[in-house]
Amino acid sequence: MWKRFRTNIGAMIGVGILLAVILIALCAPLIYPHGPWQMVQRPFLPPMSVDGLPLGTDTLGRNVAAQLAYGAQVSLLVGLVSTIVALLIGVPLGAVAGFYGNWVDEGAMRFTEFFQTIPNFALAIVLVAIFEPSLASITLAIAIVSWPPVARLVRAEVMSVRKREFVDAARLAGLSRPKILMTQVLPNTVSPIIVMASLMVATAILLESSLSFLGLGDPNAMSWGYMIGAARTVIRTSWWLSFFPGIAIVLTVLALNLIGEGLNDALNPHLSRKGRA
Amino acid sequence: MSILTAILWRLAKAALTLLAIAVLNFFLLHAAPGDPAVVLAGEAGAADEKMIEQLRERFGLDQPFYVQLGKYVGGIVQLDLGYSFRQDAPVSQLILDRLPATLLLTLTAFGISLVCGIALGVAAAARVGKLSDSALTTLALLFYATPLYWLALMAVLVFSVWLGWLPGFGYETVGAGLTGLDRVLDILAHLILPALTLGLFFMAVYMRMTRASMLEVSQLDFVKTAKAKGLSGPAIRRRHILRNAILPVVTLAGLQAGQLVGGAVLTETVFAWPGIGRLMFESLAARDYNTILGVFLVSAAMVILFNIVTDIVYRIVDPRIGATA
Repeated sequence: MWKRFRTNIGAMIGVGILLAVILIALCAPLIYPHGPWQMVQRPFLPPMSVDGLPLGTDTLGRNVAAQLAYGAQVSLLVGLVSTIVALLIGVPLGAVAGFYGNWVDEGAMRFTEFFQTIPNFALAIVLVAIFEPSLASITLAIAIVSWPPVARLVRAEVMSVRKREFVDAARLAGLSRPKILMTQVLPNTVSPIIVMASLMVATAILLESSLSFLGLGDPNAMSWGYMIGAARTVIRTSWWLSFFPGIAIVLTVLALNLIGEGLNDALNPHLSRKGRA
Repeated sequence: MSILTAILWRLAKAALTLLAIAVLNFFLLHAAPGDPAVVLAGEAGAADEKMIEQLRERFGLDQPFYVQLGKYVGGIVQLDLGYSFRQDAPVSQLILDRLPATLLLTLTAFGISLVCGIALGVAAAARVGKLSDSALTTLALLFYATPLYWLALMAVLVFSVWLGWLPGFGYETVGAGLTGLDRVLDILAHLILPALTLGLFFMAVYMRMTRASMLEVSQLDFVKTAKAKGLSGPAIRRRHILRNAILPVVTLAGLQAGQLVGGAVLTETVFAWPGIGRLMFESLAARDYNTILGVFLVSAAMVILFNIVTDIVYRIVDPRIGATA
């Protein structure tokens, strides 16, 4: 499996970019010990115009490069944690629905369908606006709008796995139903979940940046979306203020998507050449 | 199930869903930190003691919880979405004024993305493995990773600020006093950039889906039969593969309607497009919760309506659905 992943050029490029972003995020406090909010020079300095400020300064004279580095922390953190929370909601719900079927399935799927009908970005906006913007509320809001596809995927996987012969064998061996679900069925659904999770981190990063762009970011955390939102009104004079954070988002999200596709090809080789939507 | 019963069933379900969202809105209002009356009044600075007292009375905030819920949901059923103290107008009026602009934007973007996405997907599938296929797939992957609002800003920068080709702001030229065809053309010029940037992301989605679906269907037996009959490649693609491959794309397009409406919030914010998305953005800064929740409810209603329409289209296009559902 690792061999197949390693020979996938796109996936390896993705891993390279992602490692670089992680490294920058981790090293941010070392390279820029004063943090992202400190004024360092005159405002609106274009990139490369002053030594030590390769990406210029923003509307308040803050170092854009430092802001980018600290923004990486927020994006990665929110992307990762919100995906984990979404998995914690979606996996149990989908597993129980798919395994027990009948009215449990019916109820769980109606619930999931309801959340899928609601426009998810609008719901995220409403949740963050009502519960005041903070890293916790943003993460939770993203998780709440991201879990339904997980539940559907896990349900479908569990439904197909539970009909397999080894599950019958486990039942004959006298295992209880919850135990069969936990030890026999769920472990066999892990690979599609991993693929979906890597793509979800990418979507979560996009969502977080969109919320921050609208002014719903954590006021104490520098983020890429906030940078673009703050630079929106000065786009005519200072293009670099919105250009670089955007590139950072594109690269990070692209890297995660490439990794997700690579994982998909490696874990589900029989599907690999079909591509996905 | 006949199409009529199917539609009635969908409508009943839609009504239930909207009711559930209204209840959700009620709980969200009460979950907001602080006194609900003050929350309803918004942080507009307009909330004096007397007005808050009136609000408390009007929404029955001094009464038991279920009475409040009944009043709130009852109001929504009568299309009363509350009052925006910030804008000093009923929320339903504010939304109604802005709805046409949003419908114009989202439907145009949807049309562009669906038509171009399917065309490019078909083109890529026909050249699978070749350079042009890789180029298209890579491009789609790139658009897939690009934040919509950033793409919109960059489009303004390039086409409006640098090249000066298209207006990057607003719905029409203010104060130009254009009428008739001139006005339509003016609005169209303003529409191009927002609709294209909103549509590009979805175009990438539909392109990938169409490509995958085309490749999948082209493996099926009936395609071999068509080949054996001696039909040409383009004829097989158009008449046999595409017609079958397009169905999952239409399903997906219906499901994606919600994202399109959500994306409109971002696009309208960047382009100052006077739709309900921009209204939501303006209300965020003012903490105008009534308006925010109103837009939320209406956007959900738009999505549901859109889903019903795609469902009907789907049943007409593919009679097999009605037979099995």
